[in-house]
Amino acid sequence: MRRERTGMWLRIGCGVLIVGVMLFPLYWMANASLQAQWALLDPSPRWLPFPPLIDGYKSAAGSQWPHIVTSCAVASAAAVLSLAVAAPCAYALVVFRMRWTTFFILLMLIAQMLPHIVMANALYAIYAQLGLLDTYYGLILADSTMGVPFAILILRAFMASLPRTLVEAALCDGLGYWGVFFHIVLPLSRNGLITSGLFCFLFAWSDFIFALTLSTRQKIVPITLGIYDFIGTHGTDWNGIMATAVMASIPPIVLLLFGQKYITAGLIGGAVKE
Amino acid sequence: MRHSRPPRENSTLAVPLPEALKTPDASRVRQRNVLYGPWVPLGFVLPALVYFAAMFGYPLYYSISMSVRHFTVASFLTGVAPYVGLRNYVDLFTDRLFLAALGKTAIFTVFSIAGQMVIGMLLALFFRRAFPFSSAMRALLLAPWLLPIVVSASVWRWMFAQDTGIINYVLLSAGIVSEPVPWLIEPAYALCAVIFTNIWIGIPFSMAVFHSGLQALPKEIFEAAEIDGANAWQRFRFVTLPLLKPLTAIVFILSVTYTVKVFDLIFVMTGGGPAYGTETLAIRSYQLSFRDLDFGHGAAVGNVLILISLCFAFFYIRSFKRSLIVEEG
Repeated sequence: MRRERTGMWLRIGCGVLIVGVMLFPLYWMANASLQAQWALLDPSPRWLPFPPLIDGYKSAAGSQWPHIVTSCAVASAAAVLSLAVAAPCAYALVVFRMRWTTFFILLMLIAQMLPHIVMANALYAIYAQLGLLDTYYGLILADSTMGVPFAILILRAFMASLPRTLVEAALCDGLGYWGVFFHIVLPLSRNGLITSGLFCFLFAWSDFIFALTLSTRQKIVPITLGIYDFIGTHGTDWNGIMATAVMASIPPIVLLLFGQKYITAGLIGGAVKE
Repeated sequence: MRHSRPPRENSTLAVPLPEALKTPDASRVRQRNVLYGPWVPLGFVLPALVYFAAMFGYPLYYSISMSVRHFTVASFLTGVAPYVGLRNYVDLFTDRLFLAALGKTAIFTVFSIAGQMVIGMLLALFFRRAFPFSSAMRALLLAPWLLPIVVSASVWRWMFAQDTGIINYVLLSAGIVSEPVPWLIEPAYALCAVIFTNIWIGIPFSMAVFHSGLQALPKEIFEAAEIDGANAWQRFRFVTLPLLKPLTAIVFILSVTYTVKVFDLIFVMTGGGPAYGTETLAIRSYQLSFRDLDFGHGAAVGNVLILISLCFAFFYIRSFKRSLIVEEG
C-alpha cells in the first residue's frame, strides 16, 4: 500500500516535470511579454516577470489590434463556409448508399495531404486572373480548404454514430431527406458541428502561407502575418513580439482549457472512444 | 456519444482504424432504400463536389499546367505562357539549389519524425496507466500542436538567439558548451534548430494517437505475458510493439506527408537561410515563385513535393483500402 502511494506520487512528479519541460516555451513567451525591453537584451535571463510590465502589450496592441479583428473575421467566415459545405456531404455519405463513398473519402485524405505551397502557387495565379487577390473572399476560400476535408471526415464519423432508426422513423413520418437533415440530424450532431467548427476556425486562425501569398499589397493582414512583420520591422522589440504571440495564442489556449473533449475528438479524427 | 454497434473483427489491423476512416456498417449499407432517386443524394453532395472541383481539382490542374510552361510574372500581364514540356523538371535536376533542398527535406523529415515518434511513444507509455491529474496533463501537452505555428516559430527563434537566448544560457551555465552556439546563424546549427522545433510541435500528435492505440489493446495479453515471466522491456518489445505496428505505420505516413510540406516554421525561424542552410522543397518552391517570380519552376518543385507525399500516401491508401474491403465483405 505504502509503495503504491510512493509510486503514484512519483508518477505525478514525473508528469509535472514532463509538462513543465514541454510547455516551458509557452511560459517563456508569457514571461518575455511582461518584461521591459532592455531586460530581454541582458544575457542573464529574468525568470520571473516581477514587476509585470505591460509595455509590450501597449506597443503590440496599437499596431496588432486590427490584425486580430481581421483574423477573427476571416477565421469565423472560413469555419462557417467549411461547415456549410461539409455537413450536407457528410450526411449524404452516411445516409445514402453510394458506390463511390470509399473513393470520396480517399479523395479527402489526399486533399489534406496536398502541400499548402502548391495550393498557394496555383491559387495566386488563378486569383490574379479572377481579381481575387487582396480580397476577403479569396482568403476565406483559401483558408477553408484546410477545414472542409477535415470537417467532412469528422462529421461523417459523428453522424454515423447516431441511431439509424431515428432517421428511418422520421422518413416514415413523411419528413423528407432535407427535413431529416435539418430537423433531426443537424441538431443531434451539435457536438460534432462544434468540434469541426472549432478546428476549422483554428486552421484558418493559424494560417500564414495563404495570407502571405494571396494578400500581396498588405491590405489584409491577419495576426500571424502581423507577428512576422513585427519581427521584420522591430527585430529587437521582443517583448512586443511576444505580447503579440500571446494574443495570437488566446483562441487555441481557450479551446484547450474549456473545450478539451472537442479537441481529443478532433485530434485523431474521432479515433478514441474514451 | 457512445453507440452500441458491436466491434467488428478486422483481419489486417490489430488496432481498429480511426472511426473517421470507416465506412458505414455493411448491414446498413446493404439496406435497399427505394425512397429516393439518384438526384436526392446528389443534392446533398453537390456543394462539396463543386467546392472540391474549384478549390482542389482546378488548382491541382493549374499547378501541373504551370509547371510545363514558361510561366513568369510577364505571363500574368500578357496572358502568354509558352508550353515547354518537361523542360522545367529537367532544369530542376541540374539545379544545385533544388538538389540541396531535396537533401535538406530528407534530413529534416527523417530526424523530425524519428524524434517525435520516439518521444511521443515514450510519453504515451508513461501516460498509459491513469493516475491523478494524468488526463489533465495529457491535455496540456497538446498545446504545442494547437498553437499557430508562427507563434511557436517566433518563440523558438527568440529562445535560440545567440547572445540573449535561453537555450545558450542554459547550455553555457551547465558547462555543455564553452561559448554561445550560433543557432540560426550557422547553416548546420540552423537546421538542427528547426528540426528540434518541429519535433516539439509534432510530439503531441504521435503521443495522442499512440495513447489511444495503447488504450485499445486488450489487457489480458499483457497479463498473460507477465505471468509467463516477460519483463517490462520484453512486454514492450514483443507484445506492445507488434500489436501497434499498423498504427505506427499510419502515424509514420501521416507524419511524413505533414513534415515534407512544413513551411511556416522554417520561413519564420530562418527564412530558408542562412546560406540556404534550411531551404527545404516547400521553401524553395516559394522562393522560386514569389521571390524570383518564376512560377513555372516554382510549380514544378511543388509538384515534386506532391509526388513524394503521394508515394507515401500510396502505402497508406493500400492498407486502408484492404481494411475497407475486409469490413464490407
